[in-house]
Amino acid sequence: MRRFTWFNATSLTLGFAFLYLPMVILVIYSFNASKLVTVWAGFSTQWYGELIRNEAFLDAAWVTLRVAFFSSTLAAILGTLAAYVLVRANRFPGRTLFSGMIYAPLVMPEVITGLSLLLLFIGIGLDRGILTIVLAHTTFSMCYVSVVVSSRLASFDISLEEAALDLGCSPFEAFRLVTLPIIAPAVISGWLLAFTLSLDDLVIASFAAGPSSTTLPIKIFSAVRLGVSPEINALSTIMIAIVTVGVISASLISKRSAVRQETETRAAERI
Amino acid sequence: MNQTVFAPWNDPEAKPLIQFKQVTKKFGEFVAIDALSLDIFEQEFFALLGPSGCGKTTMMRMLAGFESPSSGSILLAGKDIAPVPPNKRAVNMMFQSYALFPHLSVWDNIAFGLRRGGGSKEEIAARVEEMLRLTRLTKFARRKPHQISGGQRQRVALARSLAKAPKLLLLDEPLGALDKKLRQDTQFELMDIQEKTGTTFVIVTHDQEEAMTVASRVAVMDEGRLIQVSTPDVIYEAPNSVYVADFIGDVNIIEGAAAQEGDAVTITWAEGQPPINARSTLSLSPGQKVHFAIRPEKLTISAERPDDAANAMTGKVLDIAYLGNISTYHVELPSGQVLKAQSANTRRIARRSFTWEDTVWLSWTNTAGVVLEK
Ligand SMILES: Nc1ncnc2c1ncn2[C@@H]1O[C@H](COP(=O)(O)OP(=O)(O)OP(=O)(O)O)[C@@H](O)[C@H]1O
Ligand SMILES: [Mg+2]
Repeated sequence: MRRFTWFNATSLTLGFAFLYLPMVILVIYSFNASKLVTVWAGFSTQWYGELIRNEAFLDAAWVTLRVAFFSSTLAAILGTLAAYVLVRANRFPGRTLFSGMIYAPLVMPEVITGLSLLLLFIGIGLDRGILTIVLAHTTFSMCYVSVVVSSRLASFDISLEEAALDLGCSPFEAFRLVTLPIIAPAVISGWLLAFTLSLDDLVIASFAAGPSSTTLPIKIFSAVRLGVSPEINALSTIMIAIVTVGVISASLISKRSAVRQETETRAAERI
Repeated sequence: MNQTVFAPWNDPEAKPLIQFKQVTKKFGEFVAIDALSLDIFEQEFFALLGPSGCGKTTMMRMLAGFESPSSGSILLAGKDIAPVPPNKRAVNMMFQSYALFPHLSVWDNIAFGLRRGGGSKEEIAARVEEMLRLTRLTKFARRKPHQISGGQRQRVALARSLAKAPKLLLLDEPLGALDKKLRQDTQFELMDIQEKTGTTFVIVTHDQEEAMTVASRVAVMDEGRLIQVSTPDVIYEAPNSVYVADFIGDVNIIEGAAAQEGDAVTITWAEGQPPINARSTLSLSPGQKVHFAIRPEKLTISAERPDDAANAMTGKVLDIAYLGNISTYHVELPSGQVLKAQSANTRRIARRSFTWEDTVWLSWTNTAGVVLEK
């Protein structure tokens, strides 16, 4: 272990302050009793109460949750299948291209993704609404799932699938009964990742959303333009909590399964 | 033991269960199996023996359907199996790496194949219990594979492949991780199962003693080719090459020039040493370079020159390896060649007759060794 010096302590503090100070302030002010955002007038949870009574926010929250649920589920399925094909299939023409392309949305500017999706929806005459947001979110979060799942699949012992085939499984049964249960932690953490990504996406959602389908981030953004209210702070605090829980459980799940995999391989090497 | 000798390979009428016909398997440029032809008959216990990387697992994987031959064909009961996918073959394989399902308990691992077969719950449970008893895993039925030892895992893999009682069972080093006692017990269990069910076994092993014990025939492989396929006693007593003689068991190899008269062969091998007298059915040209191979236990060691020995040589004891029931003496001949001779330790070690630096005589009959051309 390195010694704990003043230098280390200072850089750590500065780094974390830089990252988290804005959020901490937001969380603190969400408990402010005063209507004025910048003046502290004692602790209160009244804004959370008001939030619950605000129909518009509740509607937006409901839309957001539904979008996040459906898009992350779709992304988990499609991303897992894509990862499976990329890791398992023998060389087929264009495999390198395909595997490069699946990761492209990771680095593509969101504005471009959003814009091209908008053009597509208009082109095929799809009315913008919840469905289009779900589709758009699936598009960009599926590659995150596929990254997580393919790293798990890469270390998956292929002879397990062969053993399943040998014992009479069809290829699909082998996937369902052997591969899927073993990579399930990766799929779940991919799902959680996609869920949180969808939850706090603003850019792509604003391209794909219609008038009847405002998501929470869009709602917040437009509300803030009229001035910051403590109600927004409360809402943001709740979102931070949900996203934090999502990200932490995703990383815990994948870390736990990595640890378990390691004990299994270590046990296997003891032979 | 057997009243009628089981030897379908000598019967021209017998139909082989498995036929390899000029099978070649290439991985890229690398030839793993090289134009191999082989017949394996129903109810055989066929052992594949060979150094690491010679293609044993590859042969099994082709039988199980995970690899397809680059050229040639494999027939199962007369039918080409190339178009049959692995899950439709009446073949089960025990993987060298075990390939146990980590998310399933020992019990569920063994039941896995049975559930695909569509038996009733009771039948499956009875069969799994039977397999657990057979492999002595009853106590561990509820554990996951990573919670049991390496040898136990190997037994789970064995039980899982046995459970379906397939027509053909492929065992890739099934007993390597077991201790000697358990290995012998399991070998006898396997032979018992084989006798009861009539299953055909193909087994890969690195343990030649195991191959000798269980196999009806042994194939010795090298670099994707079969060097010799024969019954264990023939492989041991009459290897067809130095490679086989050397691979199976301990052997002394002496190189020399042959002279033949009928089936009597004399081999001149070193100046000032008496030639070796042997018998062989080979037809050798005069002066042809040959190898004489003789097993250490076929050499008799004595203090005096035996009167009636066909071959006798004198030398000095260089080293003695004590193995409990037997001792191996390393005897250096005046030519510098070292021969190994084994004798049973019928007396306590303190009272054995020879010790280091003693001058002794080695003798053997003219049928004790074999003359090899290559
Ligand atoms: N998928 C593959 N791609 C390339 N080469 C392979 C592949 N599978 C096997 N080989 C090569 O083919 C040769 C035979 O392999 P195989 O696994 O059959 O050996 P083996 O006789 O079972 O050895 P061991 O006793 O160590 O298990 C080896 O040289 C191996 O490197
Ligand atoms: Mg092998």
